[in-house]
Amino acid sequence: MEFFRIKKSIPFMRHALVFNAISFITFLLAVFFLWYTPLHLSIEFTGGAVMEVKYDKPADIEQIKEVLTKAGIVGAEPIKFGTSQDVQIRLPLKAAEGAEDQNKAMEKLKDTVMTSLKSVDASATLVRNDFVGGQVGKELATDGAMALLFVCIGIMAYLAIRFEWRFAVATIIANLHDVVIILGFFAFFQWEFSLPVLAAVLAILGYSVNESVVVFDRARENFRKMRRATTEEIFDAAITGTISRTIITHGLTQMMVLAMLILGGPTLHNFALALTIGICFGIYSSVLVACPLARYLGVSREDFVKTEKKKEGEPEVISAAP
Amino acid sequence: MNKYPAWKYVVIVTALVVAFFYTAPNFFGESPAVQVTGLRANKADAALVTRVQDALKAANLTTTSVLLNGEVIRIKMDAESQLKVKDALQAKLGEGYVVALTKLTNSPDWLHKMGAEPLSLGLDLRGGVHFLMEVDMKFAVNKAVDRYTGDVRVMLRDKKIYHNGISKDGENIVVRFKEETELKRATKEIETQAPELALKNSQDAAEFVLTAVMKPETQTKLRDSAIQQNITALRKRVNELGVSEPIVQQQGQERILVQIAGCLDPAQCKEVIGRTASLELRLVAEDQASGQNIDAFERYRTEPAPFGTDKMIGSRGEVVLVKKQVVVTGDKVTDAQPGFDSQNGGSTVNVRLDSAGGRAMLQTTRENLKRRMAMIMIENDKPEVLTWPVIQGEFGPQFQISGMANPNEAKNLALLLRAGALAAPMKIIEERSIGPSLGAENIAKGMNSLLFGFALITVFMIAYYMLFGVVSVIALGANLLFLIAILSMLQATMTLPGIAAIALTLGMAIDANVLINERIREELRNGMSPQMAIQTGYDRALDTIIDSNITTLIAGLALLIWGSGPVRGFAVVHCLGIGTSIFSAVMVSRGIVNLIYGGKKKVSKLLIGNVAWAKPVSEKSLPAKA
Repeated sequence: MEFFRIKKSIPFMRHALVFNAISFITFLLAVFFLWYTPLHLSIEFTGGAVMEVKYDKPADIEQIKEVLTKAGIVGAEPIKFGTSQDVQIRLPLKAAEGAEDQNKAMEKLKDTVMTSLKSVDASATLVRNDFVGGQVGKELATDGAMALLFVCIGIMAYLAIRFEWRFAVATIIANLHDVVIILGFFAFFQWEFSLPVLAAVLAILGYSVNESVVVFDRARENFRKMRRATTEEIFDAAITGTISRTIITHGLTQMMVLAMLILGGPTLHNFALALTIGICFGIYSSVLVACPLARYLGVSREDFVKTEKKKEGEPEVISAAP
Repeated sequence: MNKYPAWKYVVIVTALVVAFFYTAPNFFGESPAVQVTGLRANKADAALVTRVQDALKAANLTTTSVLLNGEVIRIKMDAESQLKVKDALQAKLGEGYVVALTKLTNSPDWLHKMGAEPLSLGLDLRGGVHFLMEVDMKFAVNKAVDRYTGDVRVMLRDKKIYHNGISKDGENIVVRFKEETELKRATKEIETQAPELALKNSQDAAEFVLTAVMKPETQTKLRDSAIQQNITALRKRVNELGVSEPIVQQQGQERILVQIAGCLDPAQCKEVIGRTASLELRLVAEDQASGQNIDAFERYRTEPAPFGTDKMIGSRGEVVLVKKQVVVTGDKVTDAQPGFDSQNGGSTVNVRLDSAGGRAMLQTTRENLKRRMAMIMIENDKPEVLTWPVIQGEFGPQFQISGMANPNEAKNLALLLRAGALAAPMKIIEERSIGPSLGAENIAKGMNSLLFGFALITVFMIAYYMLFGVVSVIALGANLLFLIAILSMLQATMTLPGIAAIALTLGMAIDANVLINERIREELRNGMSPQMAIQTGYDRALDTIIDSNITTLIAGLALLIWGSGPVRGFAVVHCLGIGTSIFSAVMVSRGIVNLIYGGKKKVSKLLIGNVAWAKPVSEKSLPAKA
């Protein structure tokens, strides 16, 4: 079997402007949605409580909402979770002076929820119960930001050593633009952004940087082999030469992710969603955004071949015989 | 060409065999069990094993095995008799032992002796409760300052040093003097008797002021000991629950993590753990009492508490006035057991204090005979007087509280005295509880997606790369084996994100094989001989594989450092997966390919799918530049 029978280099670079325009528009849209409908952060970041309740028969969300409102609970968000018999209820952090009171307040709130649910349907059982205090939430948010920063700096430093700073900049911009787009999707659809989703975002960041590395690696090789080609042609050839591997690899990873998306249940759902978006945009951006960017930053043959020349020069040094 | 030296095969085969044995325990499943451990002075030993066996025989219960392992006795049986065994043993062995329900792996003993254990499952897979508690350090510091204030007062009184008053100002103890000589005397006295305090002199309009504050190292020591003591107290409480292998450990500077896996009743666990209580013994302010009865302090229900006393509510709703000075704190209580008063009848609680507590008690009881002492439980800043008995005699570290209404009350009081010994109150800042059924569901879902994804990859790889696809899939299988083996060896806790990370790691690891296979195809198209193509393909792909794994590693490390809880499980797998991926994709798959093609003189064709067309991009195909 063979999917890619590409006999000639595809002139990707000629259409660089189009790709850049697409990226720029998606990016702006993502930023807009992030601003317009902020991320639906999970309680891990905001503090609050989540209760998962199981019923014998399909649960009636409207009725649950009604009961909770009647019990005087403000801001509870019941949603179906996985099957129709499972309901997840998010409770926002209850404001109270002093942290001590907050714990008690949350405790009472949860008890009230369970009693009122049971009063309607006795089969309601609490299967999962998470509570995160406000302080922990803040710490997790800071830690998340720190992790993202570390990944960016780490990857840039690595690429700068491995290739050249211009590649590092091009790659990190291309891949951060993926991250923003993933976040944009989560903001637009109001999917819950939880810790596992953050893990997915960081994992995908490390993963799609690979693509840029592979392409740049090939470009370096081409610079050495194709001495008369222009930089555009070099990049075209590099992208064309690796596109088969890029698509197959991403396709295979996506198969795994797809399995999680379908079979992994509600807990893994958003995690897999983030990965899916990341993989799709990763293919595109790490190749079609990073290469033009590197080109705009003025990468030339000399930047690639420089180190190799030094090596070739070594034998010229002849030491005098004793 | 393409022959591996024998040692490389030895390495590969050894790695696979070791990995196989360490993965094996995960496949045997678990069976219900009951475990017995000793509390306090009681230890589980061979004698206890005999007692357990006798008890089981007496109750006519059959078990699969009774084993002594270190200081734990583990008894295996079928699911139906598990509860019966627990009840029978608890009744027979009594209070001094913890009898807990648990699950034990069915893997054979020799695997266990090799150190091969099944993966330890996280709470989200087993069900259980998880609490993150924060110790209120301000409270601990405040209490210490109170204690020092009292000490300083006693010191000055003993040496007859005259002062204009001692007061507490935040974390400072402020003593005012009229005469400078008195201040100097006091400074000398405090310096020798309480070297933990740092002193500072100052002077205002009319007075000389001595300010004492705890030295930073004293504060650190205080914080450390406060958290350690709370951990000990929590451990005691959790042990009272009778669960197997609870985790109670320090996290960060002032946090304690409590995890109880396989907790059958989360509400009960929480009640016991969440009981953020500390214990204090104080004298009752009897000079303010009207009469000897329970309503002696009734008038203070509306009136404010007089100077030097605190108003508290008793367990029967009565008002009790107690002195501000604390005689003994709960951390001095080493044991409290319900008992029976042979002289007067009725239930009692026998309390034992440590030596420091004993000394304080001796002095207080000597001076306050026939007065009342209050046992105060402070729960979430809310004090409750458990009981306020009359001091009947002079006593030291061992004494008896009598006059309980019934044995049950005595038992409860003993439990509260024993388990309530916290240095400072704690609050729950994070809580997760997962029902056991949800845990089983999570395992099933995680495993299903892993297997389904693996199957999809297998089908595609074999269809696309034929024999080399088969090799890749075998390498991927080896990767999975290594990963699970290492995780089992490290006894890393497996969580749902951890399973997701295994799936994702495999999904990403196949990249290495795709790289290699694509490269080999390309070299073949370039007209290389099959043997050369294998050689070059593997060599050239290696650089790229290492590159791509380094960037993944950076992301993994970030998650490991800043991730918490379930995400850390994800990160551990992610990082380990990089190592196993490189080994299996490069070493294992190459080894197999070499076995198939290596050393053969004439290989006319590689079974790697379609390569029957010329290389697409080469210098020749590009337009020549002037």
